[in-house]
Amino acid sequence: MSLFLIVALPFLGALLPGLMNSAGRQAVGGVTFTVTLAAFVGLLTNLPAVLNGEVVQTGFDWFPELGLNVTLMLDGLGFLFATMILGIGLLIIAYARFYLARDDNMGEFFTYLLLFQGAMVGIVLSDNVLLLLIFWELTSLSSFLLIGYWKHLEAGRQGARMALTVTGMGGLALIAGMLILGQIVGSYDLSVILQNRELIQADPLYVPALLLILLGAFTKSAQFPFHFWLPHAMAAPTPVSAYLHSATMVKAGIFLMARMWPVLSGTPEWFYIVTTTGLITMILGAVIALFKHDLKALLAFSTVSHLGLITMLLGTGTAFGAFAAMFHILNHSTFKAALFMSAGIIDHETNTRDIRKLGGLRHLMPITFIIATIAALSMAGIPLLNGFLSKEMMLEEMAHTYLFGPEWLVPALATFGSLFSAAYCFRLIGHTFLGPKRAPESYPAKPHDPGVGLWLPPAILVVLVVVIGVAPFVVEDFVKLVTASVLGTTAEVPTAHIKIWHGLVPALYMSIVAVGGGLIVVSKFRPLSRLWEATPRPEAKIIFDDIITALVMCARAIIHPLHNGAFTRYAMIMAITTVAASYHAWTTGVVGAVTREIQPVGWVEIGGWIMLVAAAIGLASMHYNRLLSLILIGIVGLMVSIGFVLLSAPDLAMTQITVEVVTIILLLLALNFLPNHTPVESSALRRVRDVIVASGAGLATMALTYHYLLRDAISAPISEFHLANSYEGGGGTNVVNVILVDFRGFDTFGEIIVLGIAALLIYALTETLLNGPVRARLLNRVPDKPLSGTQHPMMMVVLTRVMMPVILMVGFYIFLRGHNEPGGGFIAGLIVSIAVVMQYMASGFGWASDRQRLPYHGVIGAGVLIAGLTGIGSWFFSKPFLTSDFTYLRIPPFEKFEVATAALFDLGVFLAVVGAVMLTLESFSRLARRAHVKDSDSPMDIDPSQVIAELTQPQEGV
Amino acid sequence: MEVLVASAVGILTATGLYLVLRLHTFPVILGMSLLTYAVNVFLFASGRLTIGAPPILTDDATLYTDPLPQALVLTAIVISFGMTAVVVMIALGAYLGTNDDHVDDPIISDEEDAP
Repeated sequence: MSLFLIVALPFLGALLPGLMNSAGRQAVGGVTFTVTLAAFVGLLTNLPAVLNGEVVQTGFDWFPELGLNVTLMLDGLGFLFATMILGIGLLIIAYARFYLARDDNMGEFFTYLLLFQGAMVGIVLSDNVLLLLIFWELTSLSSFLLIGYWKHLEAGRQGARMALTVTGMGGLALIAGMLILGQIVGSYDLSVILQNRELIQADPLYVPALLLILLGAFTKSAQFPFHFWLPHAMAAPTPVSAYLHSATMVKAGIFLMARMWPVLSGTPEWFYIVTTTGLITMILGAVIALFKHDLKALLAFSTVSHLGLITMLLGTGTAFGAFAAMFHILNHSTFKAALFMSAGIIDHETNTRDIRKLGGLRHLMPITFIIATIAALSMAGIPLLNGFLSKEMMLEEMAHTYLFGPEWLVPALATFGSLFSAAYCFRLIGHTFLGPKRAPESYPAKPHDPGVGLWLPPAILVVLVVVIGVAPFVVEDFVKLVTASVLGTTAEVPTAHIKIWHGLVPALYMSIVAVGGGLIVVSKFRPLSRLWEATPRPEAKIIFDDIITALVMCARAIIHPLHNGAFTRYAMIMAITTVAASYHAWTTGVVGAVTREIQPVGWVEIGGWIMLVAAAIGLASMHYNRLLSLILIGIVGLMVSIGFVLLSAPDLAMTQITVEVVTIILLLLALNFLPNHTPVESSALRRVRDVIVASGAGLATMALTYHYLLRDAISAPISEFHLANSYEGGGGTNVVNVILVDFRGFDTFGEIIVLGIAALLIYALTETLLNGPVRARLLNRVPDKPLSGTQHPMMMVVLTRVMMPVILMVGFYIFLRGHNEPGGGFIAGLIVSIAVVMQYMASGFGWASDRQRLPYHGVIGAGVLIAGLTGIGSWFFSKPFLTSDFTYLRIPPFEKFEVATAALFDLGVFLAVVGAVMLTLESFSRLARRAHVKDSDSPMDIDPSQVIAELTQPQEGV
Repeated sequence: MEVLVASAVGILTATGLYLVLRLHTFPVILGMSLLTYAVNVFLFASGRLTIGAPPILTDDATLYTDPLPQALVLTAIVISFGMTAVVVMIALGAYLGTNDDHVDDPIISDEEDAP
């Protein structure tokens, strides 16, 4: 099977469990299992090639500019890890199916699990470091979801956050380190990087790259001093712990060190850092594990310890060390996953994981007892089990390693670590299963062996433990193959065989000391435990929390002065910063010569300017009177429109003046609910300060505008193109309109969509207000302004009715001529909206909306749809989206006229604008209607026809 | 003419910004409207000023104004109506919901958003 498919299957399959949740737990578990099985079988089809020593490769270019390509490779190392990920994954899925409670959302769980699985397989099969980094981050994220799967548990949420913080930080460091490596080599392909050992190690950036990469690996693999997150991640459901924290994710760091071994190892820096870290982690983990009372915490620290062991072996930099490390990775996965699953079974059946409450379980749970005992004895290093073999190799390697101090120090420390390792294994067996027989009622729940679904997966692993332990030659060739792919071309694979009996070598004595010492330590557990409890020691979680708190306080100290929730402060900071930055640019930049002539000024222009300035300044000083400020802002808008007329922009002038009308209506509607006056609250000092800031910004914009108005653009504007092609290409003489509907039609299309969304948003907000607590307030609201005696004056009603067809005709005319003369869909839409709004104003909302049968949502939708379909239409002629076409028609007796697809697009614009404007104003009116305005059935207060009828009726009756 | 346009832009910016810095929603909305005018005129003026030469193609014209900024500003004017309407609606909703039309939230205290 293609490597792509192996990586992609878990990701694709991840969709299924989440979607199939209602199909039942069996189906969800089944589909997850099938997906993983398919990927696993696909992996096995590549086994012959891998056994032949080939490297299976496949790939395609993704972002060649970045060096990011999807290239995958499968060698011995990748195969070992992929087998563990998918193989143990299968067992975990089967186990989890029976482990999760009925209340747990199983689909969600398996979706996360498959996401994680895909990311892990991606890491081990990546041939491109950038791709590897992507998968690396994905494992951090998906493990976050898995650890925090039980969202109701605070410990779960905190553990997930801590794991993400630590591994995420390491991930960032790793990215930096890998980028450095890529820069040194000039390629991001792993296979290329791995060929350049000398180049990389000679580079001055080797040490920073090494440190950063190790930071990534150490955080992921829980090495001291980053080991603390792993025990806290144990708040996850046990299948997650068994999968992520024994076999897969925590081994990703180990994998990375093994993968980069050919280019990074062998230097003194590598040796001292990696070996020392591994040694410390191994001893520390083993000692802490012994004194943990929670079964999973014990296993978590034991995992930390074993990861330290593997790291230490990789650190030695010798071929034998790598050999032993690879073998131990395999062995550790088998016994540790089995142990985690056993711990899960115990938790499941007795309802506790506290070793102090357990004991004597061998009578009640014989199957679990056998499984857990074999696995634990293997971990302790008892002969005929696989843990013994790799531990022996580790001790052998350590016996020949010199790190610092006296020569016997490292072997002694390694033996010391193994001693504690053996001790916690014995404690696990002794304090959980052995001991006097107890009544089932003395446990929190009555324990008994679980169903086959829970015990079979660990049992399979335990069988492997025994098989490898008794007949190590079965896997020897495979482990050597894996070692060969770790070593690359740097060293020969050791010729030594994995044997149970090596003769009376130092490692054997060290083993005997460790196991014997372990037994003694366990027998003296109580006094030792009291001593341990009495010893003061730093609590990692408290330190971690303190660091996080300190960082948060730091961030707050910087952010709060700037970002305290006061809008005015942001506005002020932004204005000052912008002015300061532009002042800097102004003073340091080069000012070109004046190239344009000053345009003449007439009295009309000066008059308009005076009105505009007076209105603007008046607005700023008299804004307390809100009604007056509406009039003033109307003057400003009017003057701007007149300015557009003077400056050769008729389309803009028409748009501005129509928008002005609807904006004022909008603000009037809003003012209906807001207070009439703005109270004076800011102090005089504050106002002076604001005036200074505002004047500074004003002067700056004025200077900028004046400066560029007198100079031509540095490079020629593209407008010439539009002027030249407007008629021939777009079929219109009004270049502005042709730009809108043709040259930049796609922009316009986006803009009408934005406008539509804005209107819908306003509608939705209105609905929320009307259905929320505000509704009662609106209904009980007493208007603070006196209502007019004649709300629907007859004169106004009659006038608007008469004007309606005229305005519609104007709108139609403006729309039609838009392509060649000033006008178009935007302006026509606004004009028609005003015609309709006038009816609302004259006869009231209720009366008018009863007679308005088109829903405005639909009008917006129709507009966007027509515009979109017009654009899509060009696809049928194999042209890009929104290519326009036009032709000339002549229908006698009319003159020849033009038909353009752009007109259809403009129709869409027109409808969208009408719909958006009307929906907006309608929404505001709906608020008012609920409040206090009574709907009237007649269009005006005094209906002449009614009056006449009343006058004539009595006469008829006579 | 250039002086008039430049100073108009400057004054609209200054008054707009001054109003934006007020404490109540309504003047802030007015200030945003003034700033919108200023920005629109500024963008329009980036095509430089031309008098008596509209962007309509005719056979005898030799001088045209720059049509591109006009097209961009035209949509900007319409969009700014939508934006103003949304802001007004939010302001209205906030006022109706809390009976308070201040723009500034109370200062965040350290206890409130502690983890």
